[in-house]
Amino acid sequence: MVNEPQNDGFVVFDHVQKSYDGEALVVKDLNLSIGKGEFLTMLGPSGSGKTTCLMMLAGFETATHGDIRLEGRPINEVPPHKRGIGMVFQNYALFPHMTVGENLSFPLEVRGMGKSEREAKVKRALDMVQMYSFINRRPAQLSGGQQQRIALARALVFDPGLVLMDEPLGALDKQLREHMQFEIKHLHESLGITVVYVTHDQGEALTMSDRVAVFNDGRIQQLAPPDELYERPQNSFVAQFIGENNKLEGVVESIDNGRALVRLGTGELIDATAVNVTAKGQKTVVSIRPERVEYKAELLPSGAHTVDAEVLEFIYMGDLFRTRLRVAGSDDFVIKSRNTSGQRMLKPGEKIKIGWAPDDARALEPS
Amino acid sequence: MANADMPADTMLRTADGQPLKSALAKASRKARIRAFLLVVPLLIFVLLTFVIPIGQMLSRSVNNDQFSESMINIGVWFDENPNAEPDEAAYAALAADLVYSAANRMIGNAGTRINYEVPGTRSLFTSSGRKAKNLKAPFKEALLELDEDWARPDLWAAMRSASGTTTFNFYQAAVDRKINADGQFERADENSRIYMTLFGRTFALSVVITGLCLLLGFPIAHLLATLPLRKASLLMILVLLPFWTSLLVRTTSWMVLLQGQGVINNVLVSLGIVTEDGRLEMMYNQTGTIIAMTHILLPFMILPLYSVMKTIPPSYARAARSLGATSWTTFRRIYLPQTVSGIGAGGILCFILAVGYYITPALVGGADGTLISNQIAFHMQNSLNWSLAAALATMLLASVLILYWAYDRLVGIDNMKLG
Ligand SMILES: Nc1ncnc2c1ncn2[C@@H]1O[C@H](COP(=O)(O)OP(=O)(O)OP(=O)(O)O)[C@@H](O)[C@H]1O
Ligand SMILES: [Mg+2]
Repeated sequence: MVNEPQNDGFVVFDHVQKSYDGEALVVKDLNLSIGKGEFLTMLGPSGSGKTTCLMMLAGFETATHGDIRLEGRPINEVPPHKRGIGMVFQNYALFPHMTVGENLSFPLEVRGMGKSEREAKVKRALDMVQMYSFINRRPAQLSGGQQQRIALARALVFDPGLVLMDEPLGALDKQLREHMQFEIKHLHESLGITVVYVTHDQGEALTMSDRVAVFNDGRIQQLAPPDELYERPQNSFVAQFIGENNKLEGVVESIDNGRALVRLGTGELIDATAVNVTAKGQKTVVSIRPERVEYKAELLPSGAHTVDAEVLEFIYMGDLFRTRLRVAGSDDFVIKSRNTSGQRMLKPGEKIKIGWAPDDARALEPS
Repeated sequence: MANADMPADTMLRTADGQPLKSALAKASRKARIRAFLLVVPLLIFVLLTFVIPIGQMLSRSVNNDQFSESMINIGVWFDENPNAEPDEAAYAALAADLVYSAANRMIGNAGTRINYEVPGTRSLFTSSGRKAKNLKAPFKEALLELDEDWARPDLWAAMRSASGTTTFNFYQAAVDRKINADGQFERADENSRIYMTLFGRTFALSVVITGLCLLLGFPIAHLLATLPLRKASLLMILVLLPFWTSLLVRTTSWMVLLQGQGVINNVLVSLGIVTEDGRLEMMYNQTGTIIAMTHILLPFMILPLYSVMKTIPPSYARAARSLGATSWTTFRRIYLPQTVSGIGAGGILCFILAVGYYITPALVGGADGTLISNQIAFHMQNSLNWSLAAALATMLLASVLILYWAYDRLVGIDNMKLG
């Protein structure tokens, strides 16, 4: 898909391609424009080329074709140490033979900064991550979360305008990860830096980012703010990758005003929004979020089509009920309902009718 | 012992009332015995092949029975008359000893022992020994009549020091000291001061060789650690190839390459780089020793370095570069410090091997390229002065141990990584 630069183009990937071995393209025609102060996340499955993009931006890999521009300047020929880009590595890469203080002062020393200025900046950066009392420790004497903060402080200590983070929270446990997500987001807002963040955790991508670029197979599948990505996936890969999704295969019966009527394999008719199906008779995959499926007739919009379903499994999850249904011959249709007062628990074997607002079902091209 | 003076009732006990410590000891005793039995063969092996021979070497280096085992009476006189000039009683004891040792064919041994200290006196003992049974009192005149040399004070000083059961004479010889007429030690004559020079040369050459190994080995180890697996294993085979070739073959091939009429000189001459008369002397001198030994010891530098470099993830260098360091600064401040443990291990390994190396310097070293080990071998095989050989070897061992200790103090032995 084409991305019109709706920002100032602080970082621009312009038709960038990358191949390591001259046989396969790892990055295929990447076009991306990142605005100043933006928090952009690259999200995608393993091997989709996220790290490669980051490494090209940082200068450790060269683009096989195309231009990468930073503040309008092409940087293909600029060596990494002159790019002034802060970077947080997945394994933190704190220098093991230096103390925390020396680690932070290293980027300032190589810039020829005086001692007192260095000390002030190191203190400021460590205070920022509440780690000043650890200044004389070695990295090996710190816990994973603490090392993570030091790595963050080191990437920020020389005031870079752009910070790259490659799965910086991958090695932390869930609780600490959520806490650090909050801290990184907070630092991003208070410092006004531009962040390019790589993760394959979609929850992380959705909570932190201004925009998310979903990668698959060396291409951006969709570039959008989190809510749009979740609510309006552009293709079946994004729909599948972000959040949980139910898929129903069928054929377009009619298209009218962006609304599609889809006939399922078992003959039933359902409503959907036509996203990238255009013609009657086309094959399609309709995707519906589990929490948008209704089974109480009074909650359905009037005139909505309903489908027969049989309850296969009912799981009590505390705040949610998760019910697995057989719908149109498929056994893995899932619905989620909130545990509100008076909510009825469904029994396996029970026959119900389900439906949804046409806005919540999206008819996509089969991938 | 904190436990001993702890009141009995505060001591931790198991459920059935036994003190926790003794219960624990009992429980783990069986496992300990089994573990010990497993290492017994190794223990015996180490004892037989390492501890005992080194102990023997140490005792041999101070062993002094060569003279004293046959010359008993004079030994008694020396004990009874410390610091006294030899009198008639001394000569009488000496004459009796000469008769005894000649009869038991031990006179040669005794003479050899004195000969180490006072060169040229072995024949004095053997010839006097043959005639000793005809000697009559007064023995002093009789012996002096046989040979004037029996009055020499340095001879008596040497006999006195050789009559103890242990001696440090061999160590004194090993540091180029000798006994003078007053029984004092002084520096040996200019032209017989060989051991200290040899020790000095051995250490100097070892430092040079270790340095060259580091210089050559560092980039190779780095390549090995960073190349893709297939190329790295090919390179590794090249590094290990010398291990699969006989040491003698490698050394002789260096001789073929480096000698005056050898391959390298012939090529240089035919290319006109050197003239026929100006052929380079790269063999039978220190250059030959350095070249051949550097080649032989190189893998011992590369392997520990490689094993350390293999564990340094490339992200450190990348992090340094992204923080603004040039590639040189990155190498100096980030990469090099992390390889110190490998440099230390490889350096110590190369140095210790070089210090004790024997065969290569013997073959290619010529006159000024031989090392202390060649001198030790000479005393083992040719001069048969085993005690001196043992003393030299002990000094070599001690200096290596001192080096090891110094390394431990400076770098820390825990930081050494051999693989
Ligand atoms: N140095 C390299 N040489 C050759 N191929 C490489 C190299 N680095 C990455 N690749 C290949 O490029 C593709 C993309 O790799 P990349 O590391 O960018 O993926 P990623 O999206 O970061 O995945 P992950 O989420 O697992 O980190 C992969 O197929 C990988 O095998
Ligand atoms: Mg990656």
